[in-house]
Amino acid sequence: MKKSSGTLRRLYNGGMKALCVAAAVCTAALAAFMVIYVLAKGLPHISWEFLSGSPSYLSEKIGILPDILNTLYIVLATLLIVLPLGVGAAVYLTEYAKSKRLVAAIEYAAETLSGIPSIIYGLVGMLFFCQFLNMKTSLLAGALTLVIMNLPTVMRTTQESLKTVPQSYREGAFGLGAGKWRVIRTVVLPDCVDGIITGCILSVGRILGESAALLFTAGFAHTLNGVFEGLNSAGATLTVALYVYAKEEGEFEVAFAIAAILMLLTLLINALTTLVGRYFERRKRT
Amino acid sequence: MKGKERIIGGIFLILGLITVGFVLLITVYLIISGIPAIRQIGLIQFLFGKTWASTAATPSFGILPFILTSVYGTAGAILIGVPIGFLTAVYLAKMAPAKVRSVMEAAVSLLAGIPSVVYGLVGMLILVPAIRSVFHLSDGSSLLAAIIVLAIMILPSIVKVSMTALSAVPREYEDASLALGATATETYFRVSVPAAKSGIATAVVLGVGRAIGEAMAVMMVSGNAPNMPSLFQSVRFLTTAVASEMSYSAGLQRQALFSIALVLFLFIMLINAALHFFLKRDKEGVA
Repeated sequence: MKKSSGTLRRLYNGGMKALCVAAAVCTAALAAFMVIYVLAKGLPHISWEFLSGSPSYLSEKIGILPDILNTLYIVLATLLIVLPLGVGAAVYLTEYAKSKRLVAAIEYAAETLSGIPSIIYGLVGMLFFCQFLNMKTSLLAGALTLVIMNLPTVMRTTQESLKTVPQSYREGAFGLGAGKWRVIRTVVLPDCVDGIITGCILSVGRILGESAALLFTAGFAHTLNGVFEGLNSAGATLTVALYVYAKEEGEFEVAFAIAAILMLLTLLINALTTLVGRYFERRKRT
Repeated sequence: MKGKERIIGGIFLILGLITVGFVLLITVYLIISGIPAIRQIGLIQFLFGKTWASTAATPSFGILPFILTSVYGTAGAILIGVPIGFLTAVYLAKMAPAKVRSVMEAAVSLLAGIPSVVYGLVGMLILVPAIRSVFHLSDGSSLLAAIIVLAIMILPSIVKVSMTALSAVPREYEDASLALGATATETYFRVSVPAAKSGIATAVVLGVGRAIGEAMAVMMVSGNAPNMPSLFQSVRFLTTAVASEMSYSAGLQRQALFSIALVLFLFIMLINAALHFFLKRDKEGVA
């Protein structure tokens, strides 16, 4: 750089640095604002009756217990199905697959799945599970749709963790005469629990936040049901309930109360992800 | 013993192929259910028709307004979200003290984890009234509101991906630049950023995919009228076109919604291909 451009250079340096700081302040302010605003508007409307009741037109009260339970059922059902599928796929990719092209194809498919917008999942879920497989609009149909959505997440985190299992562990076990399945079951899988748990937490976060994929597959009923009944009937999760209360019914107080609950859950899940990551990192090092 | 191993190997093969199966299932279903309406309406009329009146006495199904709205909305979100996200990433990856960085990283993850309906709700109650009063409109639900909400929603993924790319730039590059007399800021923008450019491109493409696919938050702030896009008018995106009429649609109208989903899917596949291209180039660049 020429000497005559000294002022210009100082201006450029200072300006760029200021821009970076300003952008970071923007981002931080945005996060702080979202948390504070939503909690401040929502928390005052949360009461025990609100959490433990169901909506009733007669007494004109709104409770979200059915929505909480529906969310819980969907989370459990989805995890129960997606875990074996995702972990199995990851095991196949790292332990069994020999053809590089097949691995590339499967990984490309997983990448594609994670890029598809949730509204398209909702549509295909409605066509395939609700209509073709005749499940009607039900929590189970919603859960199965979410299984497809979350499969790449579980697969990827498990795969990452499988890659860190030292090759010598496997060789040692093989050397002792163990078969392939036995090596996977007793040596490889126990060592990649961290990846599986991370995948679980990430999936729970996505399921809690999902709405577009559930609107047409799980519906938006607010009836109180047991687990098995619940899975076979339509029901709104917390996010879908928020949408319905805000957009269709104009009940903003209820919507903000649900938003505050979702915000607390998001904070919890983020904290869990960090803690679990740290815990396993420490354990692996020792 | 051998037989059992073989069976287990077979089971894992099936589990591995399920992902591919799901992609095929989605593709086949969208094509099968999307084609009939396009045939009936005519491809040109469907894609370039300017009016969407699905429930009128003589219905017309032109989705050009939706396509353009999605394109403009995404472009706007990128225009706002990318500079802020990119500069934040530079700050966090290169300038921030460790403590600030870890707090900010938590904040960014939080932004990424907030459900889209919560963004939509806050947008509905803060952004929409603000736009109405600032620009003296009768209704603040508009393309502008959608653009701002989308920009906020793509921000965390842009920050995260660009940050990863910037942190992966070899230390030697920066040291060499500093040793030649460049200042720290010059080094970051003239050495580190160009070295990380394919990772940053990945971040942008990822943002495009997020923005074009978002439905619920946009539905809550964009007003949902099938107008040709204009910044202060109520508009409808490809995603919201599908979502808003699905529950009461029937016949050709319903089939046309599937066709819209097919168009959206094609957009996404294009973006995925671009993403794959950048990711691959990134990997080769590092190796």
